[in-house]
Amino acid sequence: MLLLNLGLNPLKAQQIPENSPVTSSVEMADTFRQEGKIYVVVAVILLLFGGLVIYTVSIDRKVKRLEKELEIQE
Amino acid sequence: MLIEKEILSAVNKLFKRSWWKILAIILLVYTIVAGLLAPVPRLAILNETIRVLHFHVPMWFGMIILLTLSVVYSIKYLRNPGTQHDIYAIEFANIGVVFGILGILSGALWANYTWGSPWSSDPKQNGAAIALLIYFAYFILRNSLEDEQQRAKISAIYNIFAFAALVPLLFILPRLTDSLHPGNGGNPGFNAYDLDSNLRIVFYPAVIGWTLLGGWLASLRIRLQIIKNKLHEKLEENYLHASPYAAAQPGSQPLESSADTRK
Repeated sequence: MLLLNLGLNPLKAQQIPENSPVTSSVEMADTFRQEGKIYVVVAVILLLFGGLVIYTVSIDRKVKRLEKELEIQE
Repeated sequence: MLIEKEILSAVNKLFKRSWWKILAIILLVYTIVAGLLAPVPRLAILNETIRVLHFHVPMWFGMIILLTLSVVYSIKYLRNPGTQHDIYAIEFANIGVVFGILGILSGALWANYTWGSPWSSDPKQNGAAIALLIYFAYFILRNSLEDEQQRAKISAIYNIFAFAALVPLLFILPRLTDSLHPGNGGNPGFNAYDLDSNLRIVFYPAVIGWTLLGGWLASLRIRLQIIKNKLHEKLEENYLHASPYAAAQPGSQPLESSADTRK
């Protein structure tokens, strides 16, 4: 749900290049964005980040189990 | 003394809670998504690379916060010597320096395409490099001392000096001269970012997210170190209470071998 809420942001972002035609002389990756390929980049990075998070969580759990075993309080 | 103990146990409890780790994940997912998709100011030279702001700069913010925590625990150690304070100080410094290395590498990569070369001997680049070298010396100093209490005490004092050098190197000296970094002299290409709210709504959550991630990783190492100490205590107890024959038994082996790995 939260992710969906956050997902609203990119939708807004996607509209911006369309609403404001490239009048600015500064070159940005507007075509790339309009083609929607930027979402592939976001998806790949999120996938890798998710994998690393899952790995970190599993380390956290292992540490917790060791703490229980050794009866470390606080 | 009693309050110190209560603070320590509160922090230890916090390390086992998951809400702030979940917060870190949410903020970082937001950073990645909004960092790549949200609108950014159209600036010459920087172009789309302005998005690196959400990844490079939080490394330095995170480093400063983590190294500040480290020096706080070094001072706490000197006021009230205890193994845990020493563990906190070294592990926060460890992750802080990791952030610093990542900051310098990402900065060099970014600079290569915007400033024309990975290293322009910019005062802030040089300052950051010197600061990191000072912290490397902190780790070398620690590893060169055998006695645990001596190591904790001397490295705590050194850590205070390292932090005292870090602040002018990163925040004062670069401002006294011209720097390519924004906010330190003339760099009109980036001045707009100070005011841009589009960048702010991603940048601030990014700083919090990256810093919390650093805290999470530090907390894991701190907890492992506490486990290691506890294990040592138990093994020593067993060793002392064991019969004279116990020394020859395989059960007594871990004590010696783990004592070696401690260094």
